[in-house]
Amino acid sequence: MNKKQKKVLVRIIITVIIMAILSFVPAEGYLKAALYLIPYFIIGYDILKKAFKGIVNRQIFDENFLMSIATAGAMLLGEYTEGAAVMLFYQIGEFFQSYAVGKSRKNIGELMDIRPDYANIIKDGVITKVDPDEVEPGSIIIVQPGEKNPIDGIVLEGESTLNTSALTGESLPRSIKAGEEIISGCINMTGVLKIKTTKEFGDSTVSKILEMVENAGSRKSRSENFISRFAKYYTPAVCYGALALAVIPPLIRMIFMGLSPEFTEWIYRALTFLVISCPCALVISIPLGFFAGIGGAGREGILVKGSNYLEALSKAEYVLFDKTGTITHGIFKVVGIHHNEMSDEKILEYAAHAEAYSSHPISKSIKEAYGSEPDIKRVTDVSEISGNGVIAKVDGISVAVGNAKLMERESIEYISCHEKGTIVHVAVNGVYQGHILIADVVKPGAKEALTLLKKDGIKKVVMLTGDMKNTAMGIAKDLPIDEVYSDLLPADKVDKVEQMLSLKSKKGKLIFVGDGINDAPVLSRADIGIAMGMMGSDAAIEAADVVLMDDDPLKVVKAIRIAKRCMRIVYENIYFAIGVKLICLILGAIGIANMWLAIFADVGVMVIAVLNAIRALFVKK
Amino acid sequence: MKKTYKIEVDCANCANKMEEAAKKTEGVEDASVNFMMLKMTVSFKEGYEHKDVMKQVLKNCKKVEDDCEIYI
Repeated sequence: MNKKQKKVLVRIIITVIIMAILSFVPAEGYLKAALYLIPYFIIGYDILKKAFKGIVNRQIFDENFLMSIATAGAMLLGEYTEGAAVMLFYQIGEFFQSYAVGKSRKNIGELMDIRPDYANIIKDGVITKVDPDEVEPGSIIIVQPGEKNPIDGIVLEGESTLNTSALTGESLPRSIKAGEEIISGCINMTGVLKIKTTKEFGDSTVSKILEMVENAGSRKSRSENFISRFAKYYTPAVCYGALALAVIPPLIRMIFMGLSPEFTEWIYRALTFLVISCPCALVISIPLGFFAGIGGAGREGILVKGSNYLEALSKAEYVLFDKTGTITHGIFKVVGIHHNEMSDEKILEYAAHAEAYSSHPISKSIKEAYGSEPDIKRVTDVSEISGNGVIAKVDGISVAVGNAKLMERESIEYISCHEKGTIVHVAVNGVYQGHILIADVVKPGAKEALTLLKKDGIKKVVMLTGDMKNTAMGIAKDLPIDEVYSDLLPADKVDKVEQMLSLKSKKGKLIFVGDGINDAPVLSRADIGIAMGMMGSDAAIEAADVVLMDDDPLKVVKAIRIAKRCMRIVYENIYFAIGVKLICLILGAIGIANMWLAIFADVGVMVIAVLNAIRALFVKK
Repeated sequence: MKKTYKIEVDCANCANKMEEAAKKTEGVEDASVNFMMLKMTVSFKEGYEHKDVMKQVLKNCKKVEDDCEIYI
């Protein structure tokens, strides 16, 4: 609670006590009026002051004005208890609202508490603490266990586990060792790391994220804009409505019906009308709902750049995936070893050693499958045959590793593979030993994610890829994908997206999911561009509307679900608040509702709507 | 040019009013108030000194919501 809130709370308590005492005081008439004016002014002086200032500044119609007129009117009618009580409950409602908003603000603030305060820089062997902003790229920094890594870089020394939960929502710690890239914002848990920075603080992951989160609110959704426009016309409208209610029926009674005008009764109804109509519940709960939704998504490692995108996500109709990096890892892996007589380990050992000096992606994946660094002392007479493969001596034995051409060149009989991917044949001492199959692998969550998307009502799931048709179909055949487009150049992808945009229904939205590499134009062309993984380029993160901190395709499903839930909560609040108010307004106009019901329609509805809005912060696992 | 300022305001409706007032200020291309983050983002028209414009923005905001603050 801040100072302002504490002050209001004290005023509320004092007023409640005075009101309680006054209810036992048998005062009547002017004495009663004077006595009730004490709590009325204690609780309401700031509202009255604001209303007065509003009139002076010609900004008349706001909730302060509504409340001041309603309560002052009630006092004049002799309804002292009700006049003071309305003010009291209005303040309680405001207090609750400001407390709830402050609380969720803090909650989300903590969530996004990834800003590092300092960096430990090493210069001439001395460690000094400096502002991360002052660290130049290429500097050496030290991150102790328990500290946040302030700047993106490469680990030079040390081995540790990282807690990336604030960044990715992933609670499993990730291990890191020398030579690997480390992103800023993750917390070092076990060992000391010596890091060479590769970026400035301003360009580091953590700064990019903070910038995105902080700007998230400036892009407002249609519902939010609707509410602020609504409030602008609504408040004056109900004020005139109340005025009409106070004047017209009595006049009609007097002139046309020959009855007594009963001004008091109708003014009381008009005042009730005013209290009911206060728009606070709507005005606060809608932005709060979106805010909580964006915050809840952020907690899961899904960064949404504005509430308009949350709204759009909830209407997703088509989801287009750029295959590499989203559905597949985009990294080549050994997926099989066929027709071999010797053990898998042995054949990989030979292949890895023969390829020891090569940095080709294929040889990298073989070395990775082998599991340890090849011992280069065992390798001699390496000759690389460009476009074919490698021939080398391992422990003095000749080993040929390469494609079919190499086998033909060496006139070794080989067996071709029926599976899709890159085939690496291995011959030892001139004898064919089988082949290693290397392919881009489908991510573990991909199938589940696509199935869930269909289940959640996505009409079309499409895969786009620059790969050849064969490879693309090989990947797509096991997945619930509706359409596959292959052999696409980056520019073709933009065309495809535009074509799809014209096919979808008017209200439906098109999502493009990319890994952020070379797809900035497509990301910005789609209704919603989702960039996966922070490893993507800065341009892609800038162009994307939603950024997934890790590259799990299930996060796409989660993002849509969070968006839908948030929108449901927002609409619940809109319908609930407007609905209850409308009913109470009618009841008030025909004289059934009294001040107490009016207080519920105002404060009660607001409290319920605020509590409901906060629900958007909590995301189901 | 675009700049973001920290603000202090109590209610969501007042934040909307501040946004309106800021938008109408001379030299302001567009303005947006984020009540939740308590931030005001203002993009300025060319040829205006943002410090001077912001002084005017603050003055206009005070007019509509006297309980507000912008940290320029």
